[in-house]
Amino acid sequence: MELNRFTQLSDTAWRLEPAEGMRVPAIIYGDAGLIEDMDDKVAEQASNVARLPGIVQASYAMPDAHWGYGFPIGGVAAFDPDEGGVVSAGGVGFDVSCGVRTLLTGLDRSAIDAVRHDLADALFAAIPAGMGSTGRIHLRDRQMTDMLLGGATWAVERGYGKAADLGRIEEQGRMAGADPDAVSDKARKRQRNEMGTLGSGNHYLEVQHVTEIFDPGAAEAFGLVKGQVVVSIHCGSRGLGHQIGTEFLREMVVVAAAHGIDLPDRELACAPIRSEVGQRYLGAMRAAINCALANRQILTHLTREVFAECVPEADLKLLYDVSHNTCKVERHVIEGRGRELYVHRKGATRAFGPGHPELPEVLRASGQPVLIGGSMGTGSYVLAGTATSEGLSFSSACHGAGRAMSRHQATRQWRGRELVDELAGRGILIRSPSLRGVAEEAPGAYKDVSQVVQATHDAGLARLVARVEPMICIKG
Amino acid sequence: MQDRPRRAPPAGVPALVGQWEHFPHRADMGVCGHGTTLEEAFASAAEGLTAVVVAPSDVKPVEKVDFTGSASDPELLFYDFMNSIVYEMAVSARLFSRFRVRVDGDYLHAEAWGERVDVERHQPAVEIKGATFTELAVGRSDDGRWFAQCILDI
Repeated sequence: MELNRFTQLSDTAWRLEPAEGMRVPAIIYGDAGLIEDMDDKVAEQASNVARLPGIVQASYAMPDAHWGYGFPIGGVAAFDPDEGGVVSAGGVGFDVSCGVRTLLTGLDRSAIDAVRHDLADALFAAIPAGMGSTGRIHLRDRQMTDMLLGGATWAVERGYGKAADLGRIEEQGRMAGADPDAVSDKARKRQRNEMGTLGSGNHYLEVQHVTEIFDPGAAEAFGLVKGQVVVSIHCGSRGLGHQIGTEFLREMVVVAAAHGIDLPDRELACAPIRSEVGQRYLGAMRAAINCALANRQILTHLTREVFAECVPEADLKLLYDVSHNTCKVERHVIEGRGRELYVHRKGATRAFGPGHPELPEVLRASGQPVLIGGSMGTGSYVLAGTATSEGLSFSSACHGAGRAMSRHQATRQWRGRELVDELAGRGILIRSPSLRGVAEEAPGAYKDVSQVVQATHDAGLARLVARVEPMICIKG
Repeated sequence: MQDRPRRAPPAGVPALVGQWEHFPHRADMGVCGHGTTLEEAFASAAEGLTAVVVAPSDVKPVEKVDFTGSASDPELLFYDFMNSIVYEMAVSARLFSRFRVRVDGDYLHAEAWGERVDVERHQPAVEIKGATFTELAVGRSDDGRWFAQCILDI
């Protein structure tokens, strides 16, 4: 995007002034290089979001923003129901509550060197990944309903993980307000064999080691120690969330006109929060959040079983679990007045600052852990929420590296086998059912995550705490 | 475009048509099917959808599944058709390579031939989350041929 179309607010904040029906400005975060590299679609989509009824303050895009579906990926927007605000299925996306969780292991890197091949093979055998894989849990309808209401709490009650995990998950592991009756039979059926599965695409399970500490105080609070091993899991609500996204997107497209909403782009399909469709979607979407939380909880349990077998001295404790495709009701202060808003984050991570009451006591002084996944050959980052992000972005930060090139381009440039061998030569073990899938996820196909997190830090959206690099990567 | 297949399909099963193309999207994949009729364009796009996951020529057309749908808007009809294939792929772990589509007014009836996923043999590259409204378009090109396209969320 050309910089001259923006009003520059700082080195890392750029504003598009309201024009052509925009109710608020669009503000895009990133250094000049990131902004210049962004697709023009980001500005177009952020501007379209700014046209939706009831939007508050601004339509935001994070430093990893790219062309999405209606909303840009990396988009953040809050709506006020008292001002006719809307909820948008496109603003949440197809993979409801896709997110990342990171587990501490208490192990030094040297403790797994001798067993890393066995560990990689055992994780690959235990974690169902890729198309056609099924979990070992098959839920009947009643159990599905309980899962949709209970989230990670449901999983822990059934022996998947520990009660101590729940305090380190957003919403304490259970999203309130879920309405299982709003989840269609098709969505349920699509999930029946997919509990405890990783999925494919950019989803992964990685064994990583901490290579750099930027903020010793926060790192200590998070339990991150240089040289130690952590495990990160990136996945979402699987087929159930995809089906809910598919169905409600269509329904909202069809009913938008009846609600008097003129959609600048069909993919922005939305409905008033205070409408029957809007309420039904919120109930279904919250159920899908619970599905994602339960799914990551089950995968955590499977990971612990593998570590118990391969590295018995490991003690896998949950650092935190974040979701980056959601719409949540939050209280934010706008011009001195506290308001209850429906905050959409599509490819953006909630990043509550120090002292936020939602955070568990042990993390309250440091701010919320913000877990940012990179590509399999490079690194990932742990950041912490800041006090400033409340005023900048409704307490939101980036979510990942973002692709630099399409899957098609990636398969032309790389071969899966060569990539696996090259990464193995650098000490990174890749396990995947599909070599083409590996090629599509080539590290070079992604943007430099370091530049994204640095811009996030510089903009005050979140602050850098630690960098981790992969040792083992399970890809779907 | 995909190479035309060398092997003949079983009797009654349509051949691979190869009249599709993928177009780039940063995170995902666009698919566009072409044909002399709307139905052919839909069938070609469906074949192109499979090609996002696996080469259609690697999918044996040994089982048939029927799809139906209705919508007054041909683009919604296409959205529904593509998503019904995505759904069937997910719930029954199947891949489809041959398609025959009939559209009668607002109604669609399609037959798809394929087989169950064999992870080792097919090595499916990705699973598709859904067909989207992004770049969704159904129409005729200047040369009179039909096209049907959208971005797939992966």
